[in-house]
Amino acid sequence: MLAYIIRRIGQSALVLLIVGLVAFSMFRFVGDPIDNMLGQERTAEDIDRLRAQLGLDQPFVVQYFKFLEGAVQGNFGVSYRQGRPVAEILLERAPATLELAAVSGILAILFGIALGVFTAIRRDGVLANFIMSASLIGVSLPTFLIGILLIYLFSVELGWLPSFGRGETVDLGGWSTGFLTESGLKALILPSITLGLYQMTLIMRLVRSEMLEVLRQDYIRFARARGLRDRAVNFRHALKNTMVPVITVIGLQLGAIIAFAIITETVFQWPGVGLLFINAIQFVDIPVMAAYLMLISVMFVGINLLVDILYFFIDPRLRADRSGGH
Amino acid sequence: MTHPVLSIRDLSVEIPTRHGVVRPVDGVSYDIAAGEILGVVGESGAGKSMAGNAVIGLLTPPAHISTGEIWLNGQRIDQLTGDAMRRLRGKEIGMVFQDPLTSLNPLLRIGDQLTETMLTHLPISRSEAEKRAVAALDEVGIPGAAERVNSYPHEFSGGMRQRVVIALALCAEPSLIIADEPTTALDVSVQAQIIALLRRLCRDRGTAVMLITHDMGVIAEATDRVAVMYAGRLAELGPVRDVLTHPQHPYTHGLMASTPLASQGKSRLHQIPGAMPRLDAVPEGCAFHPRCPYATDKCRQPPVPRVTDGQAACWYPLVDEKVI
Amino acid sequence: MSDFPIPSAPKSRYRRAVESDLFYTFKRSPVAMVSAAVVLILVLAAVFAPLIAPTNPFDPSSLNLMNGFTPPMAPNAFTGDTFLLGTDDQGRDVFSTILYGMRISLFVGVAAVFLAMVLGITLGLISGYVGGWTETIIMRTADVQLTFPSILVAMLIFGIAKGVTPVEYRDQMAIWVLILAIGLSDWVQFARVVRGATLVEKNKEYVQAARLIGRTPGAIMLRHILPNVLSPVLVIATISLALAIIAEATLSFLGVGAPPTQPSLGTLIRIGQGFLFSGEWWILLFPAVTLLALALSVNLLGDWLRDALNPRLR
Repeated sequence: MLAYIIRRIGQSALVLLIVGLVAFSMFRFVGDPIDNMLGQERTAEDIDRLRAQLGLDQPFVVQYFKFLEGAVQGNFGVSYRQGRPVAEILLERAPATLELAAVSGILAILFGIALGVFTAIRRDGVLANFIMSASLIGVSLPTFLIGILLIYLFSVELGWLPSFGRGETVDLGGWSTGFLTESGLKALILPSITLGLYQMTLIMRLVRSEMLEVLRQDYIRFARARGLRDRAVNFRHALKNTMVPVITVIGLQLGAIIAFAIITETVFQWPGVGLLFINAIQFVDIPVMAAYLMLISVMFVGINLLVDILYFFIDPRLRADRSGGH
Repeated sequence: MTHPVLSIRDLSVEIPTRHGVVRPVDGVSYDIAAGEILGVVGESGAGKSMAGNAVIGLLTPPAHISTGEIWLNGQRIDQLTGDAMRRLRGKEIGMVFQDPLTSLNPLLRIGDQLTETMLTHLPISRSEAEKRAVAALDEVGIPGAAERVNSYPHEFSGGMRQRVVIALALCAEPSLIIADEPTTALDVSVQAQIIALLRRLCRDRGTAVMLITHDMGVIAEATDRVAVMYAGRLAELGPVRDVLTHPQHPYTHGLMASTPLASQGKSRLHQIPGAMPRLDAVPEGCAFHPRCPYATDKCRQPPVPRVTDGQAACWYPLVDEKVI
Repeated sequence: MSDFPIPSAPKSRYRRAVESDLFYTFKRSPVAMVSAAVVLILVLAAVFAPLIAPTNPFDPSSLNLMNGFTPPMAPNAFTGDTFLLGTDDQGRDVFSTILYGMRISLFVGVAAVFLAMVLGITLGLISGYVGGWTETIIMRTADVQLTFPSILVAMLIFGIAKGVTPVEYRDQMAIWVLILAIGLSDWVQFARVVRGATLVEKNKEYVQAARLIGRTPGAIMLRHILPNVLSPVLVIATISLALAIIAEATLSFLGVGAPPTQPSLGTLIRIGQGFLFSGEWWILLFPAVTLLALALSVNLLGDWLRDALNPRLR
């Protein structure tokens, strides 16, 4: 098990190195940093001095490692647009995105699994069939249209919920949270539904199809033949086996939530890192783009790693080192 | 007079399909007494498993019992539904499936699978259930049972897993065990052990067994009485010795003659011409008539011959035609 | 990312069977027929936009600012002109902007899928046929890319490409950059399926025979292996088209896609969202409905095609 985890960590590190190379190449080759940092009034000397100062005169590989070294320490340079360190801007924006993603993720997982199990157990029920048909439309509906639709219903027509921003936030030691104020919580509702809905639909459809597959298995028939209660058969036996494939997808979906937050944050003008990233693309603010790329890669790779390790706790067959009797 | 443990009366199972209703079990009747092992034999599709599923109430819809009665220990159970039937499963009727590799939940320790079954049906404490789980594994011959309760299914070999499955089926002390091809998926070397184990446990406890198989060797070795099924109907029913050595039904005769065990020393195996009809095309009259060398016009039209006391479902039963 | 069963029968017979079966199931599926009809109408409307559209919304001379914010089917207060679907803030006819916007949406979608398909098939064939290091590099790249949602990959490619383009060309090049970004973000599916099929076919006797008589690897891949993967590729392409149209709309909606000078449906929705609170609902609603109809019907058509060609996946 340890060997497996070490190998997976190695693979993850490799992915991060490759992504780092992409991010670095963006720095180095997309737009000239000198152009961006010095104004029109510049001399050849200024350029040379800055070039040396930024280390741009050194060989590519050296520059790459310096970049990585900086990245590990959280140093991604200065935003072209805002003139402040990128790390500082990201840290300031991170709580908004993380809170939004956490609420959406929890909504998506809870409702996704619950509805998936429900539609699998009541396979022929009217309500289950209705949910399935509705989810088909949900999958084809672009996220931003869902957001606009919700804004139209609950902000424009009913006037119940705010259509943009985070509401009031409370500062908790550098972490600005929207969980503690009424307006903060209200502001969270529409964006988190928008962000979570698509993932919920995916999780639900997956749980349903995996569960139907599991319910056909012999060990489920055997569990029924032993007279176990329906609840024990459906949840203790079937759901647990369903979770093995579902967990991978849920892990990937959590990563996707952070990425899709870009869309939701734009629709709701939510002041998180996603909105920052979109603005960075619009203004070709390379340091912010590169830093965002690195940040999100670390998250994705981390989640993937976590999912793999989680497998060991769910599926005993993978814990090969404690086997016997074969 | 004591009741038989299981009594099936004129049982039919129907499945509505697009091409009309098919009847995988058609008018079957038999009893199983306490401590008795009844072998149910026939080709695949003859309705053996379907009858077993009907008894334990696990027919997959749209299959359903259309006529007939099932009595268990003097109680009629074919009309029980939902929770009442569930309480009987495991408690009164245990079931052993064909493939031990797939019939155990891979994610649960076998000890947990045993205790949950007992706790569902028996008024005992968790610690008592855990104690009994070890005893149950010990009884089916799993070495080091006290430690093995904490193992997962994949840590056992196929034969050992089938022992676990038997322990699970017996752990709430049912009065009837339905064993559906319990040895088919196992290595030949293990088959005999499993059969012997099943036989010993049921004899000791007085459990009635419905042993479903297509293997005449298993029938000869383990059963007291045998029911031969053909195209959903009972062809012949009787003590195993009589049926094996003096088959009355031409189909049983053909079956014996085509089995290596029964024809040892003979130069070649007998073959029954043709194949069992598909369930949506069962011929009129005796279902076996197209393949039967003795068929007459009487066999080709209704009524269908049925098994009666010591008499095969045949208008012209074979007399004194020894196979061996 | 499902593995499609790989048909192995000789091409001609297989294709004939598929086509007749396809036609048969098509006739029996109302959803497929309605979807196909909607797609056909929208595509025709987009292609013949210049003939159908009452005005050319991008010809400044035909615009009258006085016509701004005219509701649908109601005469304008100043000019008395009526517009089927109303006008936007600049007096552009919404019906015309939708027709022209759909052109861009469809063009970007089709071109991006085509790019992804060509790229994916080529890389898939090569990695399956050549194997070794080439395969490792291609498939690892695919794996790394799959770790990230394709919309994010598209955004990054768009951002990088935008950074490389000189400022004065950025708006002009935006459409091509979009195609590149969406196309590059979507090749993996094609490559995986084609590689899988190639691995299977490579060792079949007829391929070995072709090799023995001295056919070049290129000829073998194109003439013998490629025909076997056409049906899964067709399914992926259709589903990818729906995704590409949505991706394009999303990017344009976020302001990192088609520019306001060449608005796609996504750009129009972005513009329309600004008028959500002021009551000019038609500027937002009609482009949104058009996008939905387009994406949903292509999606349903793709679903049907997948079921029809691969009953096992149902």
